[in-house]
Amino acid sequence: MQFQLTEEQKTMQKLVRDFAEKEVAPGAAERDEKEEFSREIADAMGEMGFAGICFPEKYGGADADVLSYILAVEELSRADAGVGITLSATVSLCAWPIFNFGTEEQKQKYLVPLTEGTKQGAFGLTEPNAGTDAASQQTVAVLDGDNYVINGSKIFITNAGEAEVYVVFAMTDKSKGVKGITAFILEKGMPGFTFGKKEHKMGIHSSMTNELIFQDVKVPKENMLGKEGQGFKIAMATLDGGRIGVAAQALGIAQAALEHAVKYSKERVQFGKSIAANQAIGFMLADMATKVDAARMLVYRAASFKDQGLPYSKEAAMAKMYASDIAMEVSTDAVQIFGGYGYSREYPVERLMRDAKITQIYEGTNQVQRMVISGSLLR
Amino acid sequence: MEIVVCVKQVPDTTEVKIDPVTNTLIRQGVPSIVNPFDKNAVEAALQLKEKHGGKVTVISMGPPQAKDALKECLAMGADEALLISDRAFGGADTLATSYTIACAIKKLGNVDMIICGKQAIDGDTAQVGPEIAEHLDLAQVTCVSKIEVEGNSIKVEREHEEGYEIIETQTPVLLTVLKSINEPRFPTIKGTMKANRKEIPTWTAGDMDVNPDQLGLKGSPTQVRRIFTPQQRVQGEIIKADSAREAASKLASKLLEAKIV
Ligand SMILES: Cc1cc2nc3c(=O)[nH]c(=O)nc-3n(C[C@H](O)[C@H](O)[C@H](O)COP(=O)(O)OP(=O)(O)OC[C@H]3O[C@@H](n4cnc5c(N)ncnc54)[C@H](O)[C@@H]3O)c2cc1C
Ligand SMILES: Cc1cc2nc3c(=O)[nH]c(=O)nc-3n(C[C@H](O)[C@H](O)[C@H](O)COP(=O)(O)OP(=O)(O)OC[C@H]3O[C@@H](n4cnc5c(N)ncnc54)[C@H](O)[C@@H]3O)c2cc1C
Repeated sequence: MQFQLTEEQKTMQKLVRDFAEKEVAPGAAERDEKEEFSREIADAMGEMGFAGICFPEKYGGADADVLSYILAVEELSRADAGVGITLSATVSLCAWPIFNFGTEEQKQKYLVPLTEGTKQGAFGLTEPNAGTDAASQQTVAVLDGDNYVINGSKIFITNAGEAEVYVVFAMTDKSKGVKGITAFILEKGMPGFTFGKKEHKMGIHSSMTNELIFQDVKVPKENMLGKEGQGFKIAMATLDGGRIGVAAQALGIAQAALEHAVKYSKERVQFGKSIAANQAIGFMLADMATKVDAARMLVYRAASFKDQGLPYSKEAAMAKMYASDIAMEVSTDAVQIFGGYGYSREYPVERLMRDAKITQIYEGTNQVQRMVISGSLLR
Repeated sequence: MEIVVCVKQVPDTTEVKIDPVTNTLIRQGVPSIVNPFDKNAVEAALQLKEKHGGKVTVISMGPPQAKDALKECLAMGADEALLISDRAFGGADTLATSYTIACAIKKLGNVDMIICGKQAIDGDTAQVGPEIAEHLDLAQVTCVSKIEVEGNSIKVEREHEEGYEIIETQTPVLLTVLKSINEPRFPTIKGTMKANRKEIPTWTAGDMDVNPDQLGLKGSPTQVRRIFTPQQRVQGEIIKADSAREAASKLASKLLEAKIV
């Protein structure tokens, strides 16, 4: 067992870190304050090829591995967690299911622009009444000649409105329950496909979250992703991978919180010495650093299982659950170490604490992750 | 247009640590980067190539790990890279370094433009670029902040403290560039992958037509006695006053007192 990134992974990490520190970090506080998505950054990431990292050259990718992509999400999230999930939603939730379940035509038409970064992607599964219970989809798709006609709505969709390509789930046969769900590829601009209100969130303000609304949206038959009735399986497989992205996002947040806490504790003087000189603070930092590293091992392991073609559903669930839980703990501790200043928007740690919370909720709440993990133990 | 860019790998720190015994740089543990000015040189070359066609070759003289710096330049979009590396080059001062690089460029042949960074952030001499031009008997312009090319003639802006000169000259030419000339691009993911897979040839002294007496320590008339961080300038004094007028008069009397005015 080797606990070292390869030379190639290290160069990827450095490349993204340089970009994140120079182009992403400086505006993070302002985007948070203004609740502003940056198309400029999304496009710059596209141009640099971030969305293509783990896809074959034949589909516009760079032919590197999943771990390199995960390192990119971590580095971006260390600078701005909203930007990290912007990339992860395009890559893990939209490009990947098209790559894995799409036809050759769908890959050329929809995957290539995503990997080459000229388009952004999104994933529409959650509905007002179908959250954790994703199987109770109320959006319906009815076959009419050469088209499916889609009606319904989706809520809390990352990149909605900004993305050009959408992987959307709808019920094609209610009588079959879970086996009646089908996946489709939708394009922004299809008649009847609109966006609802922008969500005002606790954190990840630089990520766009919006509703999808479908009113008699005609989707050509050839835009069905996978087979009819295969939708739920596609959604679950996609989320297995997406969870590694969320785990990397959480890891990036935790890493940032740790770094800020170490630096501040050395600079802040109370009782005539740096607060870091108190063992109470030093021990907190020690616990934080250990948690961050443990999370890192789980996250990188899940990515490397995926790279090796091993089953990774349980590993991804463990990585997502643990990394998000410790991101919440570590960022809360960072606020504590900053004292009153940590509670102030003048310093970045309160943003990290607000950003961390979502990682325990989306792409399967941490209760769901525990269901996945215990399910695989008790099988 | 055939462009050669000379890049140096330097330690990533402004406060270079020096071995007090040997007076040489302690490189261990300090991450290495492409000398920042040289990235501007690469960017300038890439922009010229994009506009006028041609090829960009990056060369570096240094230890084997200098390949990392070359890879970064390949990832930015340079076409070829060349490392010149040999134990015999060790301990070279700017004269021996520029001689060695000039010999490599001579061997490459058919070069229209050589671009160097203004200076390396570790040595800070700003000598290697101009010296390469001298060894190759080429025209040179230093401190360039803008380049325009038309056929064989080039027009550049040469910046100095009071303003800039506009200089016209002909290729082949050597230019050293300032940071203000451009904003170096980030390498792309695909460029990085390609760079990682590309073989970078290494030339040793034996691969070039060189006079061994002009290489490395032997070919270096200057020797470093001592390197030190110059004393920081003392903090200026901030004059506090209720109004600008009052502050100005306080300043004036202080300047008079100090016999500065
Ligand atoms: C910012 C943001 C971005 C999002 N992006 C996307 C996106 O791009 N695409 C998309 O499809 N969705 C997206 N979502 C939706 C997200 O995945 C859901 O919010 C999440 O799955 C939880 O669903 P819910 O909100 O309906 O909560 P509920 O399902 O109502 O859950 C509420 C609580 O009950 C618990 N619970 C529910 N069922 C069980 C059970 N059986 N056992 C134990 N506990 C249970 C949950 O763990 C949770 O704590 C996003 C959400 C947010 C907030
Ligand atoms: C919203 C808000 C309202 C407030 N209202 C008031 C108010 O009305 N009046 C008022 O006077 N103040 C007020 N305060 C200030 C508040 O009481 C201080 O922020 C608090 O006492 C902590 O001080 P500090 O922020 O300087 O943190 P610091 O003292 O810098 O502490 C930073 C960290 O170091 C730790 N630490 C410091 N010294 C030691 C030690 N010896 N051993 C172990 N750990 C140590 C702390 O526990 C903390 O985790 C307010 C603050 C906020 C954020």
